[in-house]
Amino acid sequence: MNAVDTSRRNLLKGGAAAAIVTLAPGVTLQTVQAAVTGPATNAKRWGMLIDANAPEGVWDLAVDACKAEQGWGKDEKDANPATDPQWIRKVSIKDPKTGAKASLPVMCQHCANPPCVDVCPTGASMKREDGIVLVDKHICIGCRYCMMACPYSCRSFVHEDVHGQRPHMPRGKGTVESCTMCVHRVDKGQKPACVEALNKAGSNAIMFGDLNDPNSEISRAVSKYVTQRIRADLGVEPGVHYRGI
Amino acid sequence: MAVDTTVYKEIEGTGGDYYSLVGWLAVMIAAGLGSTYYMEHHGHVVTGMSNAIVWGTPHVFAVFLIVAASGALNIASISSVFSKYHYKPLARLSAITALALLAGGLMVLVLDLGRPDRLIVAMTKYNFKSIFAWNIYLYTGFFVIVLTYLWMMMERRMVPHSKKAGLFAFVWRLALTTGTGSIFGFLVARPGYDAAIMAPMFIAMSFSFGLAFFIILVSVTYKTSGRPLGDLILFKMRNLLGVFIAAAFYFTVVQHLTNLYAAEHSGVEAFILMDGGIYTFLFWVVQVGLGTVFPMALLFNPATGRTCQGIVIASLLVIVGGLAQMYVIIVGGQAFPLQLFPGMEVSSSFFDGAVHAYAPSLPEVLLGLSGIAMTLMIVTVAIKYLPLMPTSLSDAKVDPHHASKDA
Amino acid sequence: MRSASRILSLTILGFVLIAFGIGSGLMATSAQAGEVPLPKPAKAFKGEQCVEPTDVMRRNHFEFLKHQRDETLREGIRGNKYSLNECIDCHAVTSPDVAGGKVRTLKPFCAECHSYAAVSIDCFQCHSGAAQPGIGSQSALPADHADKALVAALEKHLNTGAKQ
Repeated sequence: MNAVDTSRRNLLKGGAAAAIVTLAPGVTLQTVQAAVTGPATNAKRWGMLIDANAPEGVWDLAVDACKAEQGWGKDEKDANPATDPQWIRKVSIKDPKTGAKASLPVMCQHCANPPCVDVCPTGASMKREDGIVLVDKHICIGCRYCMMACPYSCRSFVHEDVHGQRPHMPRGKGTVESCTMCVHRVDKGQKPACVEALNKAGSNAIMFGDLNDPNSEISRAVSKYVTQRIRADLGVEPGVHYRGI
Repeated sequence: MAVDTTVYKEIEGTGGDYYSLVGWLAVMIAAGLGSTYYMEHHGHVVTGMSNAIVWGTPHVFAVFLIVAASGALNIASISSVFSKYHYKPLARLSAITALALLAGGLMVLVLDLGRPDRLIVAMTKYNFKSIFAWNIYLYTGFFVIVLTYLWMMMERRMVPHSKKAGLFAFVWRLALTTGTGSIFGFLVARPGYDAAIMAPMFIAMSFSFGLAFFIILVSVTYKTSGRPLGDLILFKMRNLLGVFIAAAFYFTVVQHLTNLYAAEHSGVEAFILMDGGIYTFLFWVVQVGLGTVFPMALLFNPATGRTCQGIVIASLLVIVGGLAQMYVIIVGGQAFPLQLFPGMEVSSSFFDGAVHAYAPSLPEVLLGLSGIAMTLMIVTVAIKYLPLMPTSLSDAKVDPHHASKDA
Repeated sequence: MRSASRILSLTILGFVLIAFGIGSGLMATSAQAGEVPLPKPAKAFKGEQCVEPTDVMRRNHFEFLKHQRDETLREGIRGNKYSLNECIDCHAVTSPDVAGGKVRTLKPFCAECHSYAAVSIDCFQCHSGAAQPGIGSQSALPADHADKALVAALEKHLNTGAKQ
């Protein structure tokens, strides 16, 4: 009884291993098929909540993070502020009567009724099902009508040849571009670069999440505090909310 | 109704004057094409346009030409649709002028695109919520309809049908100009636009600019080809022009008065009417003064209004005023900053809150002028190879029954 | 008289056109005799087999790309068979013309056939086509993308092994 029949055990081990190796591809093949992500649906509505009370410096962090992630930054010496793209910018506000000041970042507001999408002749300016507004640069003809129509002046026209594009962010001369809400990160379950940069610095001044999910951090915040949206009177229903302006 | 005895004949077009005109127009067109290559190769950074002023001088010229195009068809429409037979002899020329103006305007518009190589995309993929997409159909349809109309006027057996074609063309050009005005009128974001009155205002402007251009064209072609141009038809067109200038001015006044009444628009109105610098100058001095008041004075003062020279100068002034009006609308409307936070002073690295700077650059101006050159080239070549111009527009020919009265 | 000379000139024109057509056909075949060298697209950086057989790819790759771009951009479907990142992952190669051979890009692979066929493409005006280390984290491919390729190869190997 003490002398175990190792040969049978070895046979069973070998057989089990062979079976696993034969079966494993079949099993993992199922998970391979499920690794395709998307399509985006209107079950989610991505949005942001920006706290304008945060110290001014965080907005510069956000702008720099966006430049680094999406590749639209330029060297100081080559800078041409009138024609250089600006996907996100820090806007300083001052009340002329009282002198009170504030600052906040403005980027594409990812509206639910985007005027830029309405006016685009080819349909290049588009809204994805989950609320992210994008430019399909494959069919953009560079007419700039969307730039005329945007109430937030958040779109930029690429005025010069572009080099060194980030692999995930194709950009080219003659087309229009704007904040994509880091759709390439969002689709992987990550947060936009500006949000991530602020989080790393210990700030929650830009909150990102699914406005349609009542349990998400942003939904709870938007339910708790009355938030504002820039030019809410226009009825374009921006996805970017602000507090403290 | 008298039988139409007008004789249409091509011009000789063999003199040195004709060839040097064609030569100069070709040079101007080539300059425009060269500018396009330059802008396309280096990117729009070489122009004066920026992320704040996205539509500049090329669009001023292009929209002017497109607006004038539908107005230039008026003479033909009046003769066909409203049966004013005095204008019948000029109907063919009116149609070709309309086609030429539209071609010139569209050429400038297309060549300014960021990706003009994607014109095929623009003509195959449509977002029908966009007035731009509708305009593409309206513009190409205009070509087809007016060409058909012109052919019907010229083909003897089709002449009885030309009235129907004329009516169709008349309705189509109203839709086209409404569409062009709505490009601006539909923009809710900008306080300088966002007005339903843009559409009828553009229609009135088209009447005025189109006729002014046509009057200059008729006068110059008849004088240089030695064909008689009588006072009757000239004075009729002069009176029409006066009415159209007044109509365009009326809509401008109503637009500004309405805006002035609304506190919401007081900022942009103060900008255009008072402290907009170049835009204020262009509005009062050029658009209102040179483009409206002075031409009206010229046209209806007996000393000047009864001479061909006076009428032509008035028409030229209307065109200058019209270009200024387009500049104030298109560029001035963009120069005034968007009101993200009404009532607040705003600043940023993207020129929020500040009046946006713009200066026309040479490539833009050359491109814009090449549009006018293309228009003139089409007309110049057309009148040489097609019987579009009546041999005589003398009073006797225009209205055999007229009693000579002071016009 | 006039119609006769018209018929004659049209006939001559017809012969000229036919001769031109035959001639250019002849010239085309002579190209294969060695006047213009056939393209040799670079061997893929990794992988033994493309997602479709070579002749299918040659004929249809633009269709796949055109539909895939809409699926990815407009609908947000990422990581499926014709995904551009899949192409880059295997086909991006180094070339002395691009960044001194330090970066793997798609450009040299596409350029080889496209310059032969004189079909210009504007993809690389916007797309960098560059593969970077850990493209899995840079792109929107799922994290188990590399494992997936390994399993597919293993499966193929096992299948071919079973047939023997």
